[in-house]
Amino acid sequence: MNTKINLAGIEMKNPVTVASGTFGYGREFDQFFDLSKLGGIITKGTSLKPKSGNKPPRVCETASGMLNSIGLQNPGVEYFAQNDLPFLRKFDTAIIVNACGSSIEEYVELCKILNTLDIDGVELNLSCPNVKEGCMAFGNSYEGVKKVASEVRKVLDKPLIVKLTPNVTDIASIAKAVEDAGADGVSLINTLLGMKIDIEKRKPVLANNTGGLSGPAIKPVAVRMVYQVAQAVNIPILGMGGITSGEDAIEFMMAGATAVSIGAGNFMDPYTSIHTIEGIENYLSKHQIKNVDEIVGTVEMN
Amino acid sequence: MPTLQLAELVEKKQIKPDIYKYSIQVPEIVKTAKPGNFIEIRITEGTDPFLRRPISIYQLIPEKAILEFIFQVKGKGTEKLSQKQVGDKIDVLGPLGFGTFKTEGKQKLAIIGGGIGIFPLYELAKEAKAEGKEVYTYLGFRNKDFVMLEEEFKQVSTNLTITTDDGSYQEKGFAINYLEKELTEKGIEAIYACGPLPMLKAVQNLAKEKSIDCQISLEERMGCGIGACLGCAVKTAKSPKEAPEYWHVCKAGPVFKAQDVEI
Repeated sequence: MNTKINLAGIEMKNPVTVASGTFGYGREFDQFFDLSKLGGIITKGTSLKPKSGNKPPRVCETASGMLNSIGLQNPGVEYFAQNDLPFLRKFDTAIIVNACGSSIEEYVELCKILNTLDIDGVELNLSCPNVKEGCMAFGNSYEGVKKVASEVRKVLDKPLIVKLTPNVTDIASIAKAVEDAGADGVSLINTLLGMKIDIEKRKPVLANNTGGLSGPAIKPVAVRMVYQVAQAVNIPILGMGGITSGEDAIEFMMAGATAVSIGAGNFMDPYTSIHTIEGIENYLSKHQIKNVDEIVGTVEMN
Repeated sequence: MPTLQLAELVEKKQIKPDIYKYSIQVPEIVKTAKPGNFIEIRITEGTDPFLRRPISIYQLIPEKAILEFIFQVKGKGTEKLSQKQVGDKIDVLGPLGFGTFKTEGKQKLAIIGGGIGIFPLYELAKEAKAEGKEVYTYLGFRNKDFVMLEEEFKQVSTNLTITTDDGSYQEKGFAINYLEKELTEKGIEAIYACGPLPMLKAVQNLAKEKSIDCQISLEERMGCGIGACLGCAVKTAKSPKEAPEYWHVCKAGPVFKAQDVEI
C-alpha cells in the first residue's frame, strides 16, 4: 500500500496534515505522538509582527462544532524562525507555514522572509474571519485574491497554497483567482462566519460577537465546496472542514482533495490525526487500493 | 505530562441535586497530578457535545490510583456526564495545566473558596496539612442549601470558617471578610483562592494591599485544554490596554499569581 502523495510540489508520506490554528507549532501534540507520523503540519497563522489576539471569550461550543475568534494570536515570524522552526524540523514531516497579514505589503514582506527559511511551503491565509484588516477582506473577491497571490508569487519560490474562505457566493471563481495568480495549490475551507447568543445576557457569547464555525457541523459544506473547486481548477486541493476520521478524509479525497487537514478534530481528541491516517489505510486495504492518490476526485455524480 | 486514558468510574455520589462526585481509576494521571491541575473529559464517542469538558481535580488517592472530581450539571455536556453509571468508562485527558498551587516555603496558608469553586482547593489543603502546615480555610456559599463538603474540609484544615451570604448557616457575610479579619492575627503567609470572579477580585485586592503572596485558580471557555488553540485567554496585568498580552488558562494556568493577571 502506498500512501505517499505530492501536494503542490510538497512530498508527503501520507495525505493527512493538521490545520492551521489547531496544532500550535506542534509542541503540545509532541506529548502524545511522534509528529513524524503526519504527512504535514500547517503552523499556527503567523504574521510579520507578533499579534496579541482578541479579547476572551474566544471560543464556544455549538452543535457538533465550535466557534472561535482567536484573532491570530502569534509570536511573529522572527520568533517562529528562531524558536519553533528548529523544533519542528526535528520531525520527518512537511512543514507548511500559514501566513497572514493585514496589507499586501505585509504579506509580501512576510513571504520574502519565509522564502529564506527551511520550510516546505506556504499556506497563504486569505480567509481568517476574525481580524478587522486583511485576510478575509482580500479573500472574498476574485480581484483581491488574485492581487495578493500574484504579488506573493513574485517573491516566493517555495510551493504556494492559498487558503480560501467559504464565506463567498462563488467559491469556484475565487479558486480560479488562485490558479490565475500562479499559485501551486488551494486549501479550503476556512471557518464559516457564525454567532451564538447567550439568551440570559442577551449578548453574543464571543467577545468579538462573531467567530468562525468549525467541526463536523461544517463538513458537508466543505465537501461540496471541495468538489466545486475541483471542477473549476487544475491545481491540487488541500481539503478540510470537520474531518474526524479516515472515512471523512476519504470523502474529501473523492470530492477532489489530494490531501486533507484535521482542524477542530484535534481538540476533541489529540489523536484524531493519527486515527485518520489509520482509517485511510484500513479503507485502502479493505478495497484493495494500492495508491492513495487513486481515489482523488473519483466521486461519480448521480 | 498529560495522557489520554479510558478510566473506569468506580464510585458515583450525588452530593447535591445537581452536583456529583465521581471517583475514577487513572493510574497514570494520579502519579503526576498536582493540586491545581485539571482534567478534560470527552462526553461522548460521537461529535455532539464536541469539545471536552475541563473539570478540576478534587482529590488524588495514589494508593488506589483514584482521582476524584466534582461537577455541577450546567449544560448538555455535564448532563450527559451525570448519566454515567459505576463501571462505565470515561475518556479522560490529564493532568492539564502547568500553573499549579505552590506552597514551598510557606507554613501558614489561607485557603478561600466560593460555591463550586471550592473543589480544586481540597487536594491543596489535604497535601499542605499532611506536610504539617497550618491551613486556615474560608468557604463561602449563597445560603444553607448550597453548603457542601464541610466535614471533608474540616479534616484537612487547622480551622474552617463557613460563611453564607444571608447568614442562614454559620457566619453571615462573605468569606473574604473573615479572612481579612484574621489575616494578621493568624500570621498568614500566602492565600490560595478559587471561586466567583467578584471574590477573586476582592482576594486579589486584599493580597495586594497586605503584600501577601496570592495564587488564584481561573476558568475561561476552553477549546483544546492543552495550549494549542489559544482560546482560554487571560490578560496579563502588566500589559497596557491598547497592546494587551494574553496568557492561556490551560497552559500558564489554571493557577496564576494574583498580581500577574487582570481579571
